[in-house]
Amino acid sequence: MLKLTRQIEEAIRKAGADAYPNECCGILFGKEDGDDHVVTSLRAIENARESGEQYHRFLITAEDMMQAELEARKLGLEIVGFYHSHPDHPARPSDYDREHALPFYSYIILRVAEGKSEQMTSWRLQLSRDAFDSESFVVEP
Amino acid sequence: MSVTILIPTALRSFVDRKSEVEVEGGTVSEALASLATQYPDLKHQIYEDDVKLRGFVNVFVEGTNIKKLNGLETALAEGATVMLVPAIAGGC
Ligand SMILES: [Zn+2]
Repeated sequence: MLKLTRQIEEAIRKAGADAYPNECCGILFGKEDGDDHVVTSLRAIENARESGEQYHRFLITAEDMMQAELEARKLGLEIVGFYHSHPDHPARPSDYDREHALPFYSYIILRVAEGKSEQMTSWRLQLSRDAFDSESFVVEP
Repeated sequence: MSVTILIPTALRSFVDRKSEVEVEGGTVSEALASLATQYPDLKHQIYEDDVKLRGFVNVFVEGTNIKKLNGLETALAEGATVMLVPAIAGGC
């Protein structure tokens, strides 16, 4: 299960709407609580894909990830996952998502339709890499 | 040469949930090989075959990508910090 605060959910929704018609992306900082992931803060990342591809692709470079890892360690937190938006597409992982994902992390997907944020879902890749499992999430005030 | 390898959260379940591991090695290649020997389960996660790292695995030495240094043959000083860092991509 993934645990978010209302403020974090709103920040992801705003990022998705602001980036439309392109994809937004970012990193979820937080803690592991048993098998659950508790998100305590976000780091918005500038989509590193070329601008002509950003409507359906995102990339977080190794350099951005390295900086984020160091920042998380400094704060005593962990990178527990990522978020990205699906402009005018369903809030379900694509084949491209599956091919590029890693097990363990929570992958939040936000559907943005005509500039407005809609359904938000979370997913975890199976260890076999064959499929994502839907991850339930709760938003606490 | 004793060096520290920082492990990203996604790979910690393969190294007894540690966030960093001390290994011996004079180059990045040697350090990763000794990590893989210590944790065989991790080996399959980061290596495509016995020598080539998987595409998503990036290695940084003291904050610099080894692609900008000497690749896997980059030399390590005593106490160096090596980071394994995944690149993250997706789309719709
Ligand atoms: Zn996606």
